[in-house]
Amino acid sequence: MAAVETANDKALRYAFGNVLCFFILLLIGVLAFSIRLFSVIKYESVIHEFDPYFNYRVTQFLIKNGIYDFWNWFDDRTWYPLGRVIGGTVYPGLTLTAGTIWRILNSLNIPLSVETVCVFTAPIFSAFAAWATYFLTKEVKGTGAGLTAAALLAMVPSYISRSVAGSYDNEAVAIFALIFTFYLYIKTLNTGSLFYATLNAIAYFYMVCSWGGYTFIINLIPMHALLCIVTGRYSPRLYIAYCPLIVLGTLLAALVPVVGFNAVLTSEHFASFLVFIIIHVVALAYYIKGLLSPKMFKFAVTLVVSVGLVLCFAVIAVLVALVASSPTKGWSGRSLSLLDPTYASKYIPIIASVSEHQPPTWPSYFMDINVLAFLVPAGIVACFLPLSDASSFVILYIVTSVYFSGVMVRLMLVLAPAACIMSGIALSEAFGVFTRSIKFQLPGVSQSQQIDAKDNGSEPSGDVIRNDIVKTDRHDEPVKERPLRRNKKKDKENMEKASKPSIKSKIENKLLVLPLETSIIALFLLVLLGAFYVVHCVWAAAEAYSAPSIVLTSHSHDGLHVFDDFREAYAWLSHNTDVDDKVASWWDYGYQTTAMANRTVIVDNNTWNNTHIATVGTAMSSPEKAAWEIFNSLDVKYVLVVFGGLVGYSSDDINKFLWMVRIGGGVFPHIKEPDYLRDGQYRIDSQATPTMLNCLMYKLSYYRFADTDGGKAYDRVRRTEIGKKNIKLTHFEEVFTTHHWMVRLYKLKPPRNRIRSKTKKSKSKSSSTSNQKRRGTGKKNPWH
Amino acid sequence: MGKSSATSKDAQALFHSLRSAYAATPTNLKIIDLYVMFAVATALIQVVYVAIVGSFPFNSFLSGVLSCVGTAVLAVCLRIQVNKENKEFKDLPPERAFADFVLCNLVLHLVIMNFLG
Repeated sequence: MAAVETANDKALRYAFGNVLCFFILLLIGVLAFSIRLFSVIKYESVIHEFDPYFNYRVTQFLIKNGIYDFWNWFDDRTWYPLGRVIGGTVYPGLTLTAGTIWRILNSLNIPLSVETVCVFTAPIFSAFAAWATYFLTKEVKGTGAGLTAAALLAMVPSYISRSVAGSYDNEAVAIFALIFTFYLYIKTLNTGSLFYATLNAIAYFYMVCSWGGYTFIINLIPMHALLCIVTGRYSPRLYIAYCPLIVLGTLLAALVPVVGFNAVLTSEHFASFLVFIIIHVVALAYYIKGLLSPKMFKFAVTLVVSVGLVLCFAVIAVLVALVASSPTKGWSGRSLSLLDPTYASKYIPIIASVSEHQPPTWPSYFMDINVLAFLVPAGIVACFLPLSDASSFVILYIVTSVYFSGVMVRLMLVLAPAACIMSGIALSEAFGVFTRSIKFQLPGVSQSQQIDAKDNGSEPSGDVIRNDIVKTDRHDEPVKERPLRRNKKKDKENMEKASKPSIKSKIENKLLVLPLETSIIALFLLVLLGAFYVVHCVWAAAEAYSAPSIVLTSHSHDGLHVFDDFREAYAWLSHNTDVDDKVASWWDYGYQTTAMANRTVIVDNNTWNNTHIATVGTAMSSPEKAAWEIFNSLDVKYVLVVFGGLVGYSSDDINKFLWMVRIGGGVFPHIKEPDYLRDGQYRIDSQATPTMLNCLMYKLSYYRFADTDGGKAYDRVRRTEIGKKNIKLTHFEEVFTTHHWMVRLYKLKPPRNRIRSKTKKSKSKSSSTSNQKRRGTGKKNPWH
Repeated sequence: MGKSSATSKDAQALFHSLRSAYAATPTNLKIIDLYVMFAVATALIQVVYVAIVGSFPFNSFLSGVLSCVGTAVLAVCLRIQVNKENKEFKDLPPERAFADFVLCNLVLHLVIMNFLG
């Protein structure tokens, strides 16, 4: 009867644990969603930054015109006069997801606007990502670790920074797809089921649709398979987990137009094919080994090795010759800049100029993953006790993502899930040790321990012992449960029915407990650590990462100032210019201009054509007449310049100007960077070089600036008075300046209707030839 | 000379032992092996054809070869799951294994059809 009661108790506790687990997951989802809503509360439900505006425009097009038109869309409103094939150069996952959500909601008669769906896609998918992290960590270590990891991921600032409400960018859905693909891979590895392998391939397809970072998956999984083979952990489940994914995954990746044939031709995918071949060789070797006697097998091995080595060398030689013949060895520019951090600054200044592509500083680690930075090493140690296929995968994941996050700040995002998983494992194990110590030393409980000789909640060291008793490759995870004060974390207890009363392990358990007071204090400190983490995450979400950057605010003694200049300028453009007018600006503002002002732009954030950007950069760096010529040849009507000197907005075009010079100078050699620097220093005050004082950017930024503060013209960003105060524009005229002077619009003046008189004509001719002589490279300049 | 004859005799002995061990495998596994051979042979024929004729249109070539390789891989997975000697899969009913095989093949061929052009 006691046995029946125990069975009933066990079933009841199972049920209670499952229900509790479900509710905790629900709460974690709600937490993940609501912590990302600060920007909506503080500002408004608006799309942030630059890239999301492009995605928003594409989603609008998809919803209006349907999927076939979207797939074949050639956009002529950007990169004038080249245009851009949107269908073939965009990762469609995000837009298709948002479009599907909008269509489902609309068919249910919930009339949300496209903008609302786009703004809230990221928080919804971050809730899904937290749940995916739970499932992934549960496969690695168990339910307790899973819940902890999910709670950590819901709040980690690095992920919040790219998925706030309004940040409608690829990473919003891509991180969910990444974690989900990894979960399905680990699940297939643990169960050996072909069904999960199919699901894995489909999830990988979703990831390829969503983000260029899918190359991380297609290189990490082969690395892990190779690691398993090399450390002697090859099993048929590895074959089932790996090979169908590679074949089906390559096909599915080739289906996406952006990737296309790159799925089989670029070096980023070669690792997967190489390991594919290796795993087949290994599988064959194991099979033959099973068939033959050991002596025969040894002979077969020597025979095959001697023949195979020769063949191998031949094939490798051919492959190396093929790959070496391409200048970048088959890798794309972005991947090369990841592998060799100095590559971009030497060869591709555009990649080097993006601030997200710079290496991170040490403080940014503590800002972005906070407390997890110290919990990760503890998690790595916990993964080794015991080492399973799944935990070796997570260790590999964290190591590679730490390396890549050190190369580019933007990839801290890939580090975040790995750090959360590791920390979840570490915290769960620590809680397990301390609560077990308390349980063994509480007087009432230890008596019941005598009665239930079979009930030994296991822990990692117990499992090491038990692995001798129960031989199973799978990590069948019994985890202890203990009611804790912190209601977010609860470990479930499964009372494992051991095959024999393991008194030996009971004694071992007793030896591994810590003193009672230490455990209680340690538990309290761990809870405090968690509290610090939560406080930091909420602060980071509220203060640091919720700025929509299209609307700026500042606090002053007379309240809150809102700077809505960007939207003001785009609205002016859309109301006061013709639909076919072309607007030239630096590439940062291209997406926003096409999306909000609905005007054709010359260059935008896609930065696929370096020469075109260099043309615009050259125009901005040239004197007025030369710039007018360049812009006129591109049919430009309006020029947009961002200027922050009046209010102190530091990301304006004058601060970016040196990049314009560098990129322009990279293609047009008559633009030389030292011409704009005085003694190697970039200045705009009276000590600036004449080239600098005469260039278009300077003139357009500071035109009439001296009128604002009575002739002093003090630039608040550069903190000095400007060099040339009385600027006269001959080829451009100002049409609009926003309220805080942050965006300034100029129109190209039409060419003179007739030349006044003969003397004037010869004078203008001579002045133009002397202009040419002054520049000295008149022939080389393609615009003359 | 003695060594080479010894190695050739050893090679023959190896060949014989391989053959006899393989003859002992159950018939259903042999059928699956035959299917794998067929798929790989078809893939090889396609590669030779492309080497002769040229690779345009590339997507058709890719989908053809990968469909053969894919179905071979899936058949090998089926063989692993159905093989009685594999202790890890002893409580997986062979019907379930076959159903998974069919499902995965369906997905594979759906993708192939789409990509074939």
